[in-house]
Amino acid sequence: MQSLVYILPEIFLFIVATVLLVTGLFLKNIKLINSLAIFSLLVTVILILNQPFQSAFLNSFVVDELSLVLKIMILIGSIASLIMFVSSKDDLNINIYEFPILIIFSTIGMMVMVSANDLLAMFIGLELQSLSLYVLAALNRNSLLSSEAGIKYFILGALSSGLLLFGISYIYGFSGNTNFNLIAVNINPESLGLIIGIVFVLAGLAFKVSAVPFHMWTPDVYQGAPTPITGFFALAPKIAAMGLLVRFLFNSFGEIYIDWQQIIFFISIASMMLAAFAAIAQSNLKRLMAYSSIGHIGYALIGVACFTDEGLRSLLIYLMIYLIMNIAVFAFLLSLKRNDGYFENISDLSGMHKNHPLRTMLIALIMFSLAGIPPLAGFFGKFYIFVAAIESEMLFLAIIGVIASVISAFYYLRIVKIMYFDEPKEEFDGSSIKSLNLLYYPSSILIIIFFIYPSPVINISEYAIQSII
Amino acid sequence: MIELNQFLILSALLFAIGVIGIFLNRKNVIIILMSIEIILLSVNLNLIAFSYFLNDLTGQIFSLFVLTVAAAEAAIGLAILVIYNRNAGSIEIEKINALKG
Repeated sequence: MQSLVYILPEIFLFIVATVLLVTGLFLKNIKLINSLAIFSLLVTVILILNQPFQSAFLNSFVVDELSLVLKIMILIGSIASLIMFVSSKDDLNINIYEFPILIIFSTIGMMVMVSANDLLAMFIGLELQSLSLYVLAALNRNSLLSSEAGIKYFILGALSSGLLLFGISYIYGFSGNTNFNLIAVNINPESLGLIIGIVFVLAGLAFKVSAVPFHMWTPDVYQGAPTPITGFFALAPKIAAMGLLVRFLFNSFGEIYIDWQQIIFFISIASMMLAAFAAIAQSNLKRLMAYSSIGHIGYALIGVACFTDEGLRSLLIYLMIYLIMNIAVFAFLLSLKRNDGYFENISDLSGMHKNHPLRTMLIALIMFSLAGIPPLAGFFGKFYIFVAAIESEMLFLAIIGVIASVISAFYYLRIVKIMYFDEPKEEFDGSSIKSLNLLYYPSSILIIIFFIYPSPVINISEYAIQSII
Repeated sequence: MIELNQFLILSALLFAIGVIGIFLNRKNVIIILMSIEIILLSVNLNLIAFSYFLNDLTGQIFSLFVLTVAAAEAAIGLAILVIYNRNAGSIEIEKINALKG
Protein backbone atom coordinates (compact mmCIF):
# COMPACT_ATOMS: atom_id res chain seq x y z
CA MET A 1 0.00 0.00 0.00
CA GLN A 2 2.86 2.31 0.82
CA SER A 3 3.98 2.13 -2.80
CA LEU A 4 0.70 3.51 -4.12
CA VAL A 5 1.59 6.96 -2.80
CA TYR A 6 4.57 7.08 -5.13
CA ILE A 7 2.50 6.59 -8.23
CA LEU A 8 -0.10 9.15 -7.20
CA PRO A 9 0.22 11.28 -10.38
CA GLU A 10 -0.26 8.22 -12.59
CA ILE A 11 -3.23 7.02 -10.55
CA PHE A 12 -4.75 10.48 -10.65
CA LEU A 13 -4.40 10.72 -14.42
CA PHE A 14 -5.79 7.25 -14.87
CA ILE A 15 -8.89 8.09 -12.83
CA VAL A 16 -9.33 11.33 -14.75
CA ALA A 17 -9.08 9.51 -18.07
CA THR A 18 -11.65 6.89 -17.07
CA VAL A 19 -14.04 9.49 -15.69
CA LEU A 20 -13.70 11.60 -18.82
CA LEU A 21 -14.31 8.57 -20.99
CA VAL A 22 -17.64 7.97 -19.30
CA THR A 23 -18.57 11.67 -19.14
CA GLY A 24 -17.82 12.07 -22.82
CA LEU A 25 -20.52 9.55 -23.68
CA PHE A 26 -23.26 11.66 -22.13
CA LEU A 27 -21.83 15.13 -22.49
CA LYS A 28 -21.27 16.04 -26.11
CA ASN A 29 -19.18 19.09 -25.24
CA ILE A 30 -15.72 18.24 -26.58
CA LYS A 31 -14.29 21.60 -25.65
CA LEU A 32 -15.20 21.09 -21.99
CA ILE A 33 -13.66 17.62 -21.93
CA ASN A 34 -10.53 18.99 -23.53
CA SER A 35 -10.30 21.80 -20.97
CA LEU A 36 -10.80 19.33 -18.14
CA ALA A 37 -8.01 17.20 -19.59
CA ILE A 38 -5.67 20.19 -19.79
CA PHE A 39 -6.59 21.17 -16.24
CA SER A 40 -5.93 17.68 -14.91
CA LEU A 41 -2.57 17.54 -16.69
CA LEU A 42 -1.70 20.81 -14.93
CA VAL A 43 -2.78 19.30 -11.62
CA THR A 44 -0.52 16.35 -12.38
CA VAL A 45 2.41 18.72 -12.80
CA ILE A 46 1.75 20.00 -9.26
CA LEU A 47 1.42 16.45 -7.93
CA ILE A 48 4.73 15.50 -9.53
CA LEU A 49 6.48 18.54 -8.09
CA ASN A 50 5.33 17.56 -4.61
CA GLN A 51 6.29 13.92 -4.84
CA PRO A 52 8.93 12.50 -2.50
CA PHE A 53 11.89 10.86 -4.20
CA GLN A 54 11.55 7.16 -3.62
CA SER A 55 11.51 3.83 -5.34
CA ALA A 56 8.34 1.80 -5.22
CA PHE A 57 7.11 -1.70 -6.03
CA LEU A 58 10.30 -3.52 -5.10
CA ASN A 59 12.44 -0.91 -6.80
CA SER A 60 10.76 -1.42 -10.15
CA PHE A 61 9.41 2.12 -10.27
CA VAL A 62 11.64 5.00 -9.24
CA VAL A 63 10.75 8.60 -8.61
CA ASP A 64 13.88 10.70 -8.82
CA GLU A 65 15.20 13.96 -10.22
CA LEU A 66 15.48 12.65 -13.78
CA SER A 67 11.97 11.24 -13.86
CA LEU A 68 10.60 14.47 -12.39
CA VAL A 69 12.14 16.68 -15.06
CA LEU A 70 11.26 14.34 -17.91
CA LYS A 71 7.69 13.89 -16.71
CA ILE A 72 7.15 17.62 -16.60
CA MET A 73 8.54 17.94 -20.12
CA ILE A 74 6.20 15.18 -21.29
CA LEU A 75 3.24 16.88 -19.66
CA ILE A 76 4.13 20.17 -21.34
CA GLY A 77 4.17 18.36 -24.67
CA SER A 78 0.79 16.76 -24.00
CA ILE A 79 -0.76 20.06 -22.93
CA ALA A 80 0.61 21.74 -26.04
CA SER A 81 -0.93 19.13 -28.31
CA LEU A 82 -4.28 19.41 -26.52
CA ILE A 83 -4.19 23.16 -27.14
CA MET A 84 -3.41 22.47 -30.81
CA PHE A 85 -6.33 20.05 -30.89
CA VAL A 86 -8.85 22.54 -29.58
CA SER A 87 -7.82 25.10 -32.19
CA SER A 88 -8.19 22.78 -35.16
CA LYS A 89 -10.62 19.99 -34.30
CA ASP A 90 -13.51 21.21 -36.42
CA ASP A 91 -11.54 21.91 -39.55
CA LEU A 92 -9.44 18.76 -39.45
CA ASN A 93 -12.47 16.52 -39.06
CA ILE A 94 -11.24 15.06 -35.78
CA ASN A 95 -14.09 16.24 -33.62
CA ILE A 96 -13.82 13.18 -31.41
CA TYR A 97 -13.89 13.36 -27.64
CA GLU A 98 -11.52 10.40 -27.30
CA PHE A 99 -8.61 12.54 -28.43
CA PRO A 100 -7.80 14.09 -25.02
CA ILE A 101 -8.42 10.75 -23.34
CA LEU A 102 -6.04 8.88 -25.61
CA ILE A 103 -3.47 11.61 -25.05
CA ILE A 104 -3.87 11.16 -21.30
CA PHE A 105 -3.49 7.40 -21.57
CA SER A 106 -0.34 7.66 -23.61
CA THR A 107 0.94 10.29 -21.18
CA ILE A 108 0.48 7.81 -18.34
CA GLY A 109 2.41 5.27 -20.39
CA MET A 110 5.22 7.74 -20.93
CA MET A 111 5.31 8.65 -17.25
CA VAL A 112 5.69 4.97 -16.42
CA MET A 113 8.43 4.70 -19.04
CA VAL A 114 10.61 7.42 -17.59
CA SER A 115 10.15 6.04 -14.07
CA ALA A 116 10.64 2.41 -15.02
CA ASN A 117 13.51 0.65 -13.33
CA ASP A 118 12.46 -2.84 -14.29
CA LEU A 119 12.08 -4.58 -17.63
CA LEU A 120 8.45 -5.36 -16.87
CA ALA A 121 7.56 -1.78 -15.93
CA MET A 122 9.42 -0.59 -19.01
CA PHE A 123 7.49 -2.94 -21.26
CA ILE A 124 4.11 -2.06 -19.78
CA GLY A 125 4.76 1.67 -19.99
CA LEU A 126 5.99 1.41 -23.55
CA GLU A 127 2.99 -0.61 -24.66
CA LEU A 128 0.47 1.67 -22.97
CA GLN A 129 2.09 4.56 -24.79
CA SER A 130 2.31 2.87 -28.18
CA LEU A 131 -1.17 1.35 -28.16
CA SER A 132 -2.67 4.80 -27.59
CA LEU A 133 -0.45 6.27 -30.28
CA TYR A 134 -1.53 3.69 -32.88
CA VAL A 135 -5.13 4.70 -32.35
CA LEU A 136 -4.25 8.40 -32.38
CA ALA A 137 -2.48 8.11 -35.74
CA ALA A 138 -5.62 6.64 -37.30
CA LEU A 139 -7.95 9.02 -35.51
CA ASN A 140 -9.38 10.66 -38.62
CA ARG A 141 -11.61 7.76 -39.55
CA ASN A 142 -12.72 9.12 -42.90
CA SER A 143 -9.31 9.95 -44.23
CA LEU A 144 -7.34 7.44 -46.28
CA LEU A 145 -4.05 9.07 -45.32
CA SER A 146 -4.76 8.98 -41.61
CA SER A 147 -5.79 5.34 -41.58
CA GLU A 148 -2.81 4.44 -43.72
CA ALA A 149 -0.55 6.25 -41.26
CA GLY A 150 -2.22 4.26 -38.50
CA ILE A 151 -1.71 0.94 -40.21
CA LYS A 152 1.93 1.64 -41.04
CA TYR A 153 2.65 2.83 -37.54
CA PHE A 154 0.88 -0.15 -36.07
CA ILE A 155 2.70 -2.79 -38.12
CA LEU A 156 6.16 -1.36 -37.61
CA GLY A 157 5.42 -0.47 -33.99
CA ALA A 158 4.26 -3.97 -33.21
CA LEU A 159 7.35 -5.38 -34.90
CA SER A 160 9.56 -3.13 -32.79
CA SER A 161 7.72 -4.20 -29.64
CA GLY A 162 8.45 -7.77 -30.68
CA LEU A 163 12.16 -7.02 -31.10
CA LEU A 164 12.22 -5.25 -27.76
CA LEU A 165 10.50 -8.14 -26.02
CA PHE A 166 12.83 -10.68 -27.59
CA GLY A 167 15.73 -8.67 -26.25
CA ILE A 168 14.09 -8.43 -22.84
CA SER A 169 13.69 -12.20 -22.70
CA TYR A 170 17.40 -12.68 -23.43
CA ILE A 171 18.45 -10.12 -20.86
CA TYR A 172 16.22 -11.79 -18.30
CA GLY A 173 17.51 -15.22 -19.19
CA PHE A 174 21.20 -14.41 -19.12
CA SER A 175 21.21 -12.15 -16.08
CA GLY A 176 18.45 -13.86 -14.11
CA ASN A 177 16.78 -10.59 -13.18
CA THR A 178 14.44 -8.01 -14.55
CA ASN A 179 15.36 -5.15 -12.25
CA PHE A 180 17.84 -2.70 -13.77
CA ASN A 181 19.94 -2.43 -10.62
CA LEU A 182 20.03 -6.18 -10.07
CA ILE A 183 20.98 -6.73 -13.71
CA ALA A 184 23.89 -4.35 -13.14
CA VAL A 185 24.98 -6.32 -10.07
CA ASN A 186 24.75 -9.74 -11.72
CA ILE A 187 26.15 -8.70 -15.06
CA ASN A 188 28.51 -11.07 -16.79
CA PRO A 189 30.51 -9.06 -19.35
CA GLU A 190 31.43 -12.16 -21.34
CA SER A 191 27.86 -13.35 -21.83
CA LEU A 192 26.95 -13.33 -25.50
CA GLY A 193 23.25 -13.76 -24.76
CA LEU A 194 23.25 -10.51 -22.83
CA ILE A 195 24.77 -8.64 -25.74
CA ILE A 196 22.14 -10.09 -28.10
CA GLY A 197 19.51 -8.92 -25.64
CA ILE A 198 20.92 -5.40 -25.50
CA VAL A 199 21.05 -5.19 -29.30
CA PHE A 200 17.42 -6.24 -29.66
CA VAL A 201 16.22 -3.87 -26.94
CA LEU A 202 18.17 -1.03 -28.49
CA ALA A 203 16.59 -1.80 -31.86
CA GLY A 204 13.15 -1.58 -30.26
CA LEU A 205 13.96 1.66 -28.48
CA ALA A 206 15.62 3.16 -31.57
CA PHE A 207 12.34 2.56 -33.33
CA LYS A 208 10.47 4.47 -30.64
CA VAL A 209 12.81 7.46 -30.86
CA SER A 210 12.79 7.09 -34.68
CA ALA A 211 16.53 6.77 -35.09
CA VAL A 212 18.00 5.42 -38.34
CA PRO A 213 17.84 2.51 -39.38
CA PHE A 214 14.45 2.22 -37.69
CA HIS A 215 13.03 5.48 -38.95
CA MET A 216 11.00 4.30 -41.97
CA TRP A 217 7.65 4.95 -40.33
CA THR A 218 8.36 8.53 -39.27
CA PRO A 219 7.76 10.54 -42.47
CA ASP A 220 4.65 8.58 -43.46
CA VAL A 221 3.08 8.73 -40.03
CA TYR A 222 3.93 12.39 -39.59
CA GLN A 223 2.38 13.24 -42.92
CA GLY A 224 -0.71 11.08 -42.60
CA ALA A 225 -1.72 11.79 -39.03
CA PRO A 226 -3.74 14.95 -38.28
CA THR A 227 -1.39 17.83 -37.42
CA PRO A 228 -2.08 18.13 -33.65
CA ILE A 229 -1.30 14.42 -33.38
CA THR A 230 1.83 14.80 -35.46
CA GLY A 231 2.81 17.49 -33.00
CA PHE A 232 2.25 15.11 -30.14
CA PHE A 233 4.37 12.43 -31.88
CA ALA A 234 7.19 14.87 -32.26
CA LEU A 235 7.04 16.12 -28.68
CA ALA A 236 6.32 13.68 -25.91
CA PRO A 237 7.13 10.10 -27.06
CA LYS A 238 10.63 11.05 -28.17
CA ILE A 239 11.42 12.51 -24.76
CA ALA A 240 9.97 9.53 -22.91
CA ALA A 241 11.81 6.97 -25.02
CA MET A 242 15.04 8.92 -24.63
CA GLY A 243 14.63 8.94 -20.84
CA LEU A 244 13.94 5.22 -20.89
CA LEU A 245 16.98 4.60 -23.08
CA VAL A 246 19.20 6.55 -20.70
CA ARG A 247 17.95 4.75 -17.62
CA PHE A 248 18.12 1.36 -19.27
CA LEU A 249 21.66 1.80 -20.53
CA PHE A 250 23.14 3.75 -17.64
CA ASN A 251 21.53 1.92 -14.74
CA SER A 252 21.83 -1.65 -15.89
CA PHE A 253 24.65 -1.74 -18.43
CA GLY A 254 26.94 1.04 -17.27
CA GLU A 255 29.67 -1.52 -16.69
CA ILE A 256 29.79 -2.79 -20.26
CA TYR A 257 29.29 0.60 -21.88
CA ILE A 258 31.94 -0.19 -24.51
CA ASP A 259 29.55 -2.68 -26.08
CA TRP A 260 26.48 -0.49 -26.45
CA GLN A 261 28.38 2.70 -27.07
CA GLN A 262 29.28 1.54 -30.59
CA ILE A 263 25.64 0.89 -31.39
CA ILE A 264 24.53 4.32 -30.22
CA PHE A 265 27.50 5.81 -32.03
CA PHE A 266 26.39 4.22 -35.29
CA ILE A 267 22.70 5.08 -35.06
CA SER A 268 23.53 8.62 -34.06
CA ILE A 269 25.75 9.17 -37.12
CA ALA A 270 23.27 7.42 -39.41
CA SER A 271 20.34 9.51 -38.14
CA MET A 272 22.18 12.80 -38.52
CA MET A 273 23.40 12.08 -42.03
CA LEU A 274 20.22 10.51 -43.36
CA ALA A 275 18.07 13.34 -42.03
CA ALA A 276 20.38 15.95 -43.52
CA PHE A 277 20.22 14.47 -47.01
CA ALA A 278 16.71 13.01 -47.16
CA ALA A 279 14.98 16.19 -46.04
CA ILE A 280 16.39 18.20 -48.94
CA ALA A 281 14.00 16.62 -51.44
CA GLN A 282 10.85 17.05 -49.37
CA SER A 283 8.05 19.34 -50.42
CA ASN A 284 5.65 18.61 -47.57
CA LEU A 285 6.31 20.52 -44.35
CA LYS A 286 5.20 17.68 -42.11
CA ARG A 287 7.51 15.22 -43.87
CA LEU A 288 10.27 17.78 -43.57
CA MET A 289 9.63 18.04 -39.84
CA ALA A 290 9.77 14.25 -39.63
CA TYR A 291 13.26 14.19 -41.10
CA SER A 292 14.18 17.14 -38.96
CA SER A 293 13.15 15.25 -35.83
CA ILE A 294 15.14 12.20 -36.96
CA GLY A 295 18.15 14.48 -37.24
CA HIS A 296 17.55 16.06 -33.85
CA ILE A 297 17.32 12.63 -32.28
CA GLY A 298 20.67 11.86 -33.88
CA TYR A 299 22.23 14.88 -32.17
CA ALA A 300 20.60 14.00 -28.87
CA LEU A 301 21.97 10.46 -29.10
CA ILE A 302 25.50 11.88 -29.14
CA GLY A 303 24.81 12.85 -25.54
CA VAL A 304 23.97 9.23 -24.72
CA ALA A 305 26.98 7.87 -26.60
CA CYS A 306 29.38 10.00 -24.52
CA PHE A 307 28.46 8.14 -21.32
CA THR A 308 29.57 11.05 -19.14
CA ASP A 309 27.59 13.39 -16.94
CA GLU A 310 28.57 16.13 -19.34
CA GLY A 311 26.91 14.18 -22.14
CA LEU A 312 23.80 13.46 -20.14
CA ARG A 313 23.45 17.09 -19.16
CA SER A 314 23.77 18.25 -22.75
CA LEU A 315 21.22 15.61 -23.77
CA LEU A 316 18.69 17.07 -21.34
CA ILE A 317 19.39 20.62 -22.47
CA TYR A 318 18.95 19.47 -26.05
CA LEU A 319 15.66 17.73 -25.32
CA MET A 320 14.27 20.81 -23.57
CA ILE A 321 15.20 23.05 -26.49
CA TYR A 322 13.87 20.47 -28.94
CA LEU A 323 10.55 20.44 -27.09
CA ILE A 324 10.20 24.21 -27.24
CA MET A 325 11.20 24.46 -30.90
CA ASN A 326 8.76 21.74 -31.95
CA ILE A 327 5.88 23.32 -30.06
CA ALA A 328 6.57 26.51 -31.99
CA VAL A 329 6.84 24.75 -35.35
CA PHE A 330 3.64 22.77 -35.01
CA ALA A 331 1.66 25.73 -33.72
CA PHE A 332 2.93 27.52 -36.81
CA LEU A 333 1.87 24.65 -39.08
CA LEU A 334 -1.63 24.79 -37.66
CA SER A 335 -1.86 28.50 -38.30
CA LEU A 336 -1.40 27.94 -42.07
CA LYS A 337 -5.10 27.94 -42.68
CA ARG A 338 -7.25 29.64 -45.23
CA ASN A 339 -11.06 29.42 -44.90
CA ASP A 340 -11.37 25.79 -43.84
CA GLY A 341 -8.37 24.18 -45.50
CA TYR A 342 -4.94 23.60 -44.06
CA PHE A 343 -1.79 23.96 -46.08
CA GLU A 344 1.24 21.82 -45.52
CA ASN A 345 3.40 22.24 -48.59
CA ILE A 346 6.49 24.37 -48.54
CA SER A 347 5.39 26.17 -51.71
CA ASP A 348 2.25 27.36 -49.91
CA LEU A 349 4.44 29.55 -47.73
CA SER A 350 5.71 31.63 -50.60
CA GLY A 351 5.76 35.35 -50.01
CA MET A 352 4.17 34.97 -46.61
CA HIS A 353 5.98 37.95 -45.19
CA LYS A 354 3.93 40.40 -47.27
CA ASN A 355 0.75 39.50 -45.42
CA HIS A 356 2.07 38.31 -42.06
CA PRO A 357 5.30 40.15 -41.25
CA LEU A 358 5.46 39.31 -37.53
CA ARG A 359 4.58 35.66 -37.91
CA THR A 360 7.00 35.22 -40.77
CA MET A 361 9.78 36.79 -38.76
CA LEU A 362 9.14 34.48 -35.84
CA ILE A 363 9.00 31.39 -38.02
CA ALA A 364 12.20 32.46 -39.73
CA LEU A 365 13.80 32.70 -36.31
CA ILE A 366 12.51 29.25 -35.40
CA MET A 367 13.96 27.86 -38.64
CA PHE A 368 17.29 29.49 -37.85
CA SER A 369 17.10 27.94 -34.42
CA LEU A 370 16.35 24.48 -35.84
CA ALA A 371 19.32 24.88 -38.15
CA GLY A 372 21.47 25.83 -35.17
CA ILE A 373 22.41 29.39 -36.00
CA PRO A 374 23.65 31.52 -33.09
CA PRO A 375 22.51 33.20 -30.90
CA LEU A 376 19.25 31.20 -30.90
CA ALA A 377 18.44 28.33 -28.57
CA GLY A 378 19.02 25.60 -31.15
CA PHE A 379 22.63 26.65 -31.50
CA PHE A 380 23.28 26.27 -27.80
CA GLY A 381 21.63 22.86 -27.74
CA LYS A 382 24.04 21.65 -30.42
CA PHE A 383 26.93 23.52 -28.86
CA TYR A 384 26.62 21.72 -25.52
CA ILE A 385 26.25 18.38 -27.30
CA PHE A 386 29.39 18.91 -29.38
CA VAL A 387 31.37 20.14 -26.38
CA ALA A 388 30.39 17.01 -24.49
CA ALA A 389 31.41 14.86 -27.46
CA ILE A 390 34.79 16.55 -27.74
CA GLU A 391 35.43 16.28 -24.02
CA SER A 392 34.81 12.55 -24.06
CA GLU A 393 37.15 12.28 -27.06
CA MET A 394 34.51 11.44 -29.61
CA LEU A 395 35.80 13.90 -32.14
CA PHE A 396 34.40 11.93 -35.04
CA LEU A 397 30.86 12.28 -33.74
CA ALA A 398 31.30 16.02 -33.26
CA ILE A 399 32.70 16.48 -36.77
CA ILE A 400 29.90 14.46 -38.39
CA GLY A 401 27.42 16.43 -36.31
CA VAL A 402 28.73 19.76 -37.51
CA ILE A 403 28.78 18.60 -41.14
CA ALA A 404 25.22 17.28 -40.87
CA SER A 405 23.97 20.49 -39.32
CA VAL A 406 25.58 22.53 -42.09
CA ILE A 407 23.87 20.39 -44.72
CA SER A 408 20.55 20.53 -42.94
CA ALA A 409 20.80 24.31 -42.75
CA PHE A 410 20.02 24.21 -46.48
CA TYR A 411 16.43 23.08 -46.15
CA TYR A 412 15.65 25.26 -43.17
CA LEU A 413 17.03 28.30 -44.94
CA ARG A 414 15.14 27.38 -48.10
CA ILE A 415 11.90 27.82 -46.16
CA VAL A 416 13.04 31.26 -45.04
CA LYS A 417 13.96 32.14 -48.61
CA ILE A 418 10.58 31.02 -49.94
CA MET A 419 8.76 32.98 -47.27
CA TYR A 420 10.64 36.20 -47.93
CA PHE A 421 11.57 36.29 -51.59
CA ASP A 422 8.98 34.34 -53.55
CA GLU A 423 5.76 35.58 -55.10
CA PRO A 424 3.15 36.28 -52.43
CA LYS A 425 -0.05 34.23 -52.28
CA GLU A 426 -3.36 34.82 -50.56
CA GLU A 427 -3.54 35.71 -46.89
CA PHE A 428 -3.83 33.03 -44.21
CA ASP A 429 -6.45 33.53 -41.56
CA GLY A 430 -4.77 31.51 -38.83
CA SER A 431 -3.60 34.45 -36.77
CA SER A 432 -7.08 34.88 -35.37
CA ILE A 433 -6.80 31.65 -33.41
CA LYS A 434 -6.06 32.76 -29.87
CA SER A 435 -5.17 29.40 -28.40
CA LEU A 436 -2.38 28.90 -30.94
CA ASN A 437 -0.85 32.24 -30.01
CA LEU A 438 -0.64 30.84 -26.51
CA LEU A 439 1.87 28.29 -27.83
CA TYR A 440 3.42 30.29 -30.58
CA TYR A 441 4.56 33.45 -28.87
CA PRO A 442 5.89 32.05 -25.57
CA SER A 443 7.91 29.35 -27.31
CA SER A 444 9.36 31.80 -29.85
CA ILE A 445 10.28 34.18 -27.06
CA LEU A 446 11.95 31.38 -25.12
CA ILE A 447 13.99 30.46 -28.19
CA ILE A 448 15.11 34.05 -28.65
CA ILE A 449 15.95 34.93 -25.05
CA PHE A 450 17.69 31.67 -24.26
CA PHE A 451 21.14 33.12 -24.90
CA ILE A 452 20.51 36.01 -22.51
CA TYR A 453 19.35 33.87 -19.66
CA PRO A 454 20.30 30.21 -20.16
CA SER A 455 20.91 29.35 -16.51
CA PRO A 456 17.43 27.92 -15.69
CA VAL A 457 17.71 25.30 -18.43
CA ILE A 458 21.26 24.45 -17.44
CA ASN A 459 20.35 24.27 -13.75
CA ILE A 460 17.39 22.01 -14.46
CA SER A 461 19.54 19.64 -16.47
CA GLU A 462 22.20 19.70 -13.77
CA TYR A 463 19.51 18.87 -11.23
CA ALA A 464 18.03 16.07 -13.32
CA ILE A 465 21.20 14.08 -13.83
CA GLN A 466 22.23 13.77 -10.20
CA SER A 467 20.21 10.62 -9.76
CA ILE A 468 21.86 8.81 -12.66
CA ILE A 469 25.58 9.41 -12.31
CA MET B 1 15.26 -34.17 -20.84
CA ILE B 2 15.01 -31.14 -23.13
CA GLU B 3 17.73 -28.62 -22.63
CA LEU B 4 17.51 -24.86 -22.56
CA ASN B 5 19.36 -24.57 -25.87
CA GLN B 6 16.67 -26.47 -27.69
CA PHE B 7 14.02 -24.10 -26.41
CA LEU B 8 16.11 -21.13 -27.44
CA ILE B 9 16.65 -22.50 -30.93
CA LEU B 10 12.96 -23.23 -31.35
CA SER B 11 11.93 -19.78 -30.20
CA ALA B 12 14.60 -18.12 -32.35
CA LEU B 13 13.21 -20.01 -35.33
CA LEU B 14 9.67 -18.93 -34.53
CA PHE B 15 10.89 -15.37 -34.13
CA ALA B 16 12.65 -15.53 -37.50
CA ILE B 17 9.52 -16.94 -39.14
CA GLY B 18 7.55 -14.03 -37.73
CA VAL B 19 10.01 -11.38 -38.91
CA ILE B 20 10.40 -12.95 -42.35
CA GLY B 21 6.63 -13.24 -42.57
CA ILE B 22 6.32 -9.49 -42.11
CA PHE B 23 8.87 -8.62 -44.75
CA LEU B 24 8.33 -11.26 -47.42
CA ASN B 25 4.57 -11.29 -47.35
CA ARG B 26 3.11 -9.32 -50.26
CA LYS B 27 -0.49 -10.38 -49.95
CA ASN B 28 -2.50 -8.92 -47.10
CA VAL B 29 -2.20 -7.31 -43.74
CA ILE B 30 -3.92 -10.08 -41.79
CA ILE B 31 -0.86 -12.26 -42.39
CA ILE B 32 1.28 -9.54 -40.84
CA LEU B 33 -0.92 -9.59 -37.75
CA MET B 34 -0.39 -13.34 -37.55
CA SER B 35 3.37 -12.88 -37.88
CA ILE B 36 3.35 -10.37 -35.03
CA GLU B 37 1.46 -12.90 -32.95
CA ILE B 38 4.11 -15.54 -33.72
CA ILE B 39 6.87 -13.15 -32.65
CA LEU B 40 5.18 -12.46 -29.34
CA LEU B 41 4.57 -16.16 -28.73
CA SER B 42 8.18 -16.99 -29.44
CA VAL B 43 9.12 -14.45 -26.80
CA ASN B 44 6.73 -16.14 -24.40
CA LEU B 45 8.35 -19.48 -25.05
CA ASN B 46 11.71 -17.91 -24.36
CA LEU B 47 10.54 -16.35 -21.13
CA ILE B 48 8.95 -19.52 -19.83
CA ALA B 49 11.96 -21.65 -20.73
CA PHE B 50 14.30 -19.23 -18.99
CA SER B 51 11.99 -19.05 -16.02
CA TYR B 52 11.95 -22.83 -15.69
CA PHE B 53 15.70 -23.24 -15.98
CA LEU B 54 16.49 -20.32 -13.69
CA ASN B 55 13.98 -21.52 -11.09
CA ASP B 56 12.57 -18.03 -11.01
CA LEU B 57 8.91 -17.10 -11.35
CA THR B 58 9.40 -13.65 -12.88
CA GLY B 59 9.57 -14.96 -16.42
CA GLN B 60 6.23 -16.71 -16.18
CA ILE B 61 4.57 -13.62 -14.77
CA PHE B 62 6.17 -11.64 -17.56
CA SER B 63 4.72 -13.99 -20.14
CA LEU B 64 1.23 -13.40 -18.76
CA PHE B 65 1.73 -9.68 -19.24
CA VAL B 66 2.95 -10.31 -22.77
CA LEU B 67 -0.15 -12.36 -23.55
CA THR B 68 -2.40 -9.57 -22.30
CA VAL B 69 -0.60 -6.94 -24.29
CA ALA B 70 -0.63 -9.15 -27.39
CA ALA B 71 -4.40 -9.43 -27.11
CA ALA B 72 -4.78 -5.66 -26.83
CA GLU B 73 -2.42 -5.15 -29.73
CA ALA B 74 -4.32 -7.56 -31.96
CA ALA B 75 -7.59 -5.81 -31.10
CA ILE B 76 -6.21 -2.40 -31.98
CA GLY B 77 -4.54 -3.70 -35.13
CA LEU B 78 -7.76 -5.23 -36.38
CA ALA B 79 -9.68 -2.06 -35.57
CA ILE B 80 -7.25 0.06 -37.58
CA LEU B 81 -7.40 -2.50 -40.37
CA VAL B 82 -11.19 -2.26 -40.51
CA ILE B 83 -10.99 1.52 -40.81
CA TYR B 84 -8.37 1.24 -43.50
CA ASN B 85 -10.40 -1.29 -45.43
CA ARG B 86 -13.41 1.00 -45.31
CA ASN B 87 -11.40 3.90 -46.73
CA ALA B 88 -9.26 2.12 -49.28
CA GLY B 89 -11.49 -0.79 -50.22
CA SER B 90 -8.70 -3.34 -49.94
CA ILE B 91 -6.03 -4.54 -47.54
CA GLU B 92 -3.46 -5.57 -50.11
CA ILE B 93 -0.03 -4.54 -48.97
CA GLU B 94 1.13 -3.34 -52.36
CA LYS B 95 -1.73 -0.89 -52.47
CA ILE B 96 -0.81 0.75 -49.18
CA ASN B 97 1.17 3.50 -50.85
CA ALA B 98 -0.78 6.73 -50.59
CA LEU B 99 1.93 8.16 -48.36
CA LYS B 100 5.35 8.29 -49.94
CA GLY B 101 8.11 10.70 -50.88
